[in-house]
Amino acid sequence: MSAILEVGNVNKEFTMGGIFSRKKVRAVIDASFSILDGEPEVFTIVGESGSGKTTLARMILGLETVSSGTIRVGDVDVTRKQTKKDKLTFMRHIQPVFQNPFEAFNPLKEVDRYLESTARVMAGLEDRQAIEAAMDDALQKVGLSLAEIRGRFSHELSGGQLQRVAIARALIPEPAILVADEPVSMVDASLRMSIVNLLRDLRDQFGVTVLYITHDLATAYYVSDRIMIMQKGKVVEMGPAQIVLENPEHPYTRLLKESVLSVRNIGESEIQPADHRLAEEAERISDAGVLTQREDGRFVRIHTASLEVQQ
Amino acid sequence: METPVVVEQDVRDVLKIEGLKAYYHTNYFGVQREVRAVDDISLTIRSNEVYGIAGESSSGKTTLVKTFAAAIKPPLRIMGGTMEYTFGDTVIRPYETSKAAVDAIRWKHLSYIMQGSMSVLNPVRRIKKSFEDFAFRHMGLDTVRFWEAVHAHLKHLYLPPEVLVAYPHELSGGMRQRVTIALATVCHPEFIIADEPTTALDVVVQKDVLSTINQIRKELRSSVVFVTHDMSVHANLADRIGIMYAGRIVEEGPTKQIFENPKHPYTAHLVASLPQIGDKQRKPGLEGKPPNLSDPPTGCRFHPRCPLAVDKCRHEAPPLVTVGHDHRSACWRSDEVRPLNTASVARHAGDTGTTQSGAAST
Repeated sequence: MSAILEVGNVNKEFTMGGIFSRKKVRAVIDASFSILDGEPEVFTIVGESGSGKTTLARMILGLETVSSGTIRVGDVDVTRKQTKKDKLTFMRHIQPVFQNPFEAFNPLKEVDRYLESTARVMAGLEDRQAIEAAMDDALQKVGLSLAEIRGRFSHELSGGQLQRVAIARALIPEPAILVADEPVSMVDASLRMSIVNLLRDLRDQFGVTVLYITHDLATAYYVSDRIMIMQKGKVVEMGPAQIVLENPEHPYTRLLKESVLSVRNIGESEIQPADHRLAEEAERISDAGVLTQREDGRFVRIHTASLEVQQ
Repeated sequence: METPVVVEQDVRDVLKIEGLKAYYHTNYFGVQREVRAVDDISLTIRSNEVYGIAGESSSGKTTLVKTFAAAIKPPLRIMGGTMEYTFGDTVIRPYETSKAAVDAIRWKHLSYIMQGSMSVLNPVRRIKKSFEDFAFRHMGLDTVRFWEAVHAHLKHLYLPPEVLVAYPHELSGGMRQRVTIALATVCHPEFIIADEPTTALDVVVQKDVLSTINQIRKELRSSVVFVTHDMSVHANLADRIGIMYAGRIVEEGPTKQIFENPKHPYTAHLVASLPQIGDKQRKPGLEGKPPNLSDPPTGCRFHPRCPLAVDKCRHEAPPLVTVGHDHRSACWRSDEVRPLNTASVARHAGDTGTTQSGAAST
């Protein structure tokens, strides 16, 4: 089966500072994964801020250039300069949903105009009725309707509704992949689960693969099929979400899992600082480790020395 | 670190508010708007406890703690009610006394940990200048003794003394947030307000910051009002929780009661929708829109989104009544509220982790 998205040994370096104190920051180091066509899933990238997860997503969306490596979406090589036609095909395959819906929409523009221009440009519709049908169809998928949204400005909708509109807009060209970068972190607690449930439904009912980027391990566990843990630009563990999160192997994944606040010992207020020895161990491994496949299907970065011992 | 044993008679009421109302009044181009962000709230905060305030954005929780801190500015106005602090033998009503008297309790007795650590600390001044600006005049010490106290306090919170000479941008987000906590607690205040101090932080850093707050609270035995929308933080830190919805407290009770035996449908929903590792069961999302505070729904403000709403809820606002020991709820049908996810709570109590995978793979 062919891959709809293929990320191969992607690196990204940023240069910081002026002439005298130039510093290179490696934001993404050697990331590789692929998403197959016809097998919708929720693929989650988890990491702390500065782990390179957003940079990776931006590179996949073509918003950031790649230092080295390849990213292919369908037949289009994202890393090369594209013709306008290629760019449109690419954008029909993959669509973004951003973190803060209030920033994503212009407050002086009715939100349905975004849907309309997406239908016109990306889906190539010209007929007024076809455009409205496509808009209504996409809004129905997220539990809204065109009648509710028509002529509304972003401040008239709640964060959850607005994020739904953003998802509906992304669904109009019927993309294979939706890249959702922290889609729930700016949404109210009571509405959060409905957005997360929506991502699940998109996969189950409409066959859309969701690339879900988050730092929240609990929702990641709840929605994901596969998960990829990033630490300081490196992929440290990757595999089926249930296997990785129920039984994490890499110290960094263990650290993340232990830091998630559980609601088991309610009201006993025994909160301990995070175990920083795990963080140190994790960094030591990541510095000189290689990604190795395990029997249960996960990839984990382990120290080269321990690899030799095993062999 | 030794945990002080709480002696029952040692628990005093530090803050008492009754019928507090704080509204935003605006009048632009002849259009008058009134936003009732804090509408008729009565509560008591005791010494040596963490009181968690939960609620979504625009439920009025930040406005409530601003009124606690007596830090209100127009268009926000106090429209009624009383607020009374008791610090030792001093009783003070910040809205009925002079500004100088309020300033005298600030920082020394009452301090505030704010949400954005970057905007609290002056970006063009070193951290030590911030300490000087905030704390020096409240401590009443000479310069040498003041810096000794600051160094001792930083050391106590496991912060290196080098942070004092750093600029805010040179520190990481978590470190900066811990510096603001150190700054807010250097005078050993009796009442600490923490407004979403961990919202912008990563999970690992969040745990460090929360443990710092917990450590301070246990040592100083102060009252902490902790505001966050994240119920899992409340579960781990708070002794009592007040749930806010649309400018009112809809439920208040001990943390364990709130989680295991909620008496308001909104609370039941908040608790049930918490995702947990090891539980793939479908969690309910709450439909509907958070209410607009300038035009709140009639009767119970939760009724448009409530699964239990009856006709009475649409017309009459339920009062906050006692439903159990130390437990109050504002719902006409509080007897009928059941925890929504009893099954998953029971499975967590078993704490096996493996039994869940079977159910989760469906």
